[in-house]
Amino acid sequence: MPILPLGFQYKTYSLLILASFLTFVSICQAHEFSGYIGSQARLFPNSALHLGQEDQSASLVFQPEYYHEFESGSSFTFVPFYRLDSADTERTHFDIRELTFLWLEDDFELRLGVRKVFWGATEVLHLVDIINQTDLVENIDTEDKLGQPMANISFSRDWGTLDLYWLPYFRERTFAGIGGRLRGSIIVDTDRTEYESSAEEWHSDWAVRYAHAFGDWDIGLSQFVGTSRNPTLLDGTDSAGKAIKIPRYEQILQTSLDLSRVAGDWLWKGEALYRSGQGNDDYFAWTGGFEYTFTRAWSSDMDLGIIGEWMYDTRQDTATTAFENDLAGALRLAVNDPASTEVLLGWVQDIDSSARSLFLEASRRFGNNLLLTTEFRTFINQPATDFLFEQRADEILQIELAYYF
Amino acid sequence: MKPVIRILFLALFFNAPLASAETAEDKGLAIAKEDDRRDNGFHDFTANMVMVLKNRQGETSTRHIRNKTLEVDGDGDKSISIFDRPRDVKGTALLNFTHKVGTDDQWLYLPALKRVKRISSSNKSGSFMGSEFAYEDVTSQEVEKYTYKWLRDENLDAKKCFVFERYPVYKSSGYTRQVVWMDQAEYKILKIDYYDRKNTLLKTLTQSDFHQYLDAYWYPENMHMVNHQTGKSTLLTWSDYKFNTGLSNKNFNKNSLKRAR
Repeated sequence: MPILPLGFQYKTYSLLILASFLTFVSICQAHEFSGYIGSQARLFPNSALHLGQEDQSASLVFQPEYYHEFESGSSFTFVPFYRLDSADTERTHFDIRELTFLWLEDDFELRLGVRKVFWGATEVLHLVDIINQTDLVENIDTEDKLGQPMANISFSRDWGTLDLYWLPYFRERTFAGIGGRLRGSIIVDTDRTEYESSAEEWHSDWAVRYAHAFGDWDIGLSQFVGTSRNPTLLDGTDSAGKAIKIPRYEQILQTSLDLSRVAGDWLWKGEALYRSGQGNDDYFAWTGGFEYTFTRAWSSDMDLGIIGEWMYDTRQDTATTAFENDLAGALRLAVNDPASTEVLLGWVQDIDSSARSLFLEASRRFGNNLLLTTEFRTFINQPATDFLFEQRADEILQIELAYYF
Repeated sequence: MKPVIRILFLALFFNAPLASAETAEDKGLAIAKEDDRRDNGFHDFTANMVMVLKNRQGETSTRHIRNKTLEVDGDGDKSISIFDRPRDVKGTALLNFTHKVGTDDQWLYLPALKRVKRISSSNKSGSFMGSEFAYEDVTSQEVEKYTYKWLRDENLDAKKCFVFERYPVYKSSGYTRQVVWMDQAEYKILKIDYYDRKNTLLKTLTQSDFHQYLDAYWYPENMHMVNHQTGKSTLLTWSDYKFNTGLSNKNFNKNSLKRAR
């Protein structure tokens, strides 16, 4: 199958949905518009290690949101997204984050279209969260996601909530291009993507999830059958004979559990998964820990949270993650001022080596509509065997000013 | 009997047994129970609130929040608060199950991540959205959450009031005691003085512009909280009360929290 139509198909599909949306909007009675527009600067204090990379970049981001709720409680949501980046053509990208019709009935909720779904409990690593593909060029913290086309029916009862998902189309992970930082020395070529399934990105993936709150416990039990969201990266060469990485998406089975328990000022959280189909061996991975909050710390209005989490992957060094055996500690400060100032300071330490990374995230509102967010991330003592070794020079300071409307 | 003496006798006869048999604690509790009885039976309501935060310099910051509340038989209310403004927190929503005894259950929905997060609610002394209201001031007030002591009757703004103290029985309250002025005619709370853990006057809440709903329930339109120690204040204004809106248990779970907006 030719490579070119892969991207083309999604665009065609997007346009079709867009057209039906426009028809739809014209019959809606009430409209609600919101969203944000922002500018972002990224500064890399250390000189780039890889050819083509730059030491700073600027970008613009726009994410409007349209929402309409019908008398019945059913609703329609449309959230397109666009980023224009000065350094990396791969980071300049468009996505439909949401384009959903939610049909609300007494007995069920049916959600059709492109959506984002979150599963999980822990703070540092979102291990069991699998429905949406990671928009890695947005941020390496993996919290930005691409919109996932789906049909999802949800039953909420006294015994809990049962969700069934049909995911008819797969979204490829985004990877930094030649001009981008926070990547390995060899470019991941997303035009050469391979799939285990002959249906490629049109493979139907399925998922089921049961979630319930039992007193102080919140539990989620999930099963996913389909295309792995994180690819195995294979060595290859492009037409000019240059080395590239080819992403290969396997068919996997993933069973997972996530839970949290509240006990006074303590929150205990854990996530665990068992996955087969990726690599030669099945594997387990888990993460868990605590969050303790000092309310009105130092007799002020501020709340101080202390987070401790452990991450483990039985594949160890062959893991397709940076967290194969790591400890994380973080401090979260909520100032509780009118500007909603918040600071998160974190430290991730590899248990088996001296590798560690530090991060700082802070945000503050100016006036009623401007939000300033800054992020700092640095990688220390990465040995040559570490997952992030080739990103060791990518200490980053990111500043974003966004106008919310 | 001469009329004057007769009046005196009647006054003694009717008041004396009350004073001797009923302690100040009993009377305080009786007032709280009567207030609770009058407040019960609304079933459910939705309302909007605007919160204006003012600092010592007079600079203001505004939050818009929508509320849905469901009365639960035999337990505290269930509620969802949805934030509309500031725009960067638009869609953030808080699900709260108040319990008469023990800690409440709370979940926070973060729309950017589409994540519902269980949060610890054991410490209710924390600020609600950066305002001068603590969580314990805005969550459902259940009789069982305090012990009581009637202090005196006195007039406030020409209205005859009960003045009583209440003492939080739940852990981690920010207060040693609250002094409440409640109007005797309609059981409306007109004023509360909050005393901090050191028993120093911390805040005063003044409630005004009461409206009666469903011919039974009196709710204030304005709730003004002044912090005497910091000079900061918060004015909370309620509007658009709607009752019997068809809300049920189904509207107060994690699914409905995600689509509450």
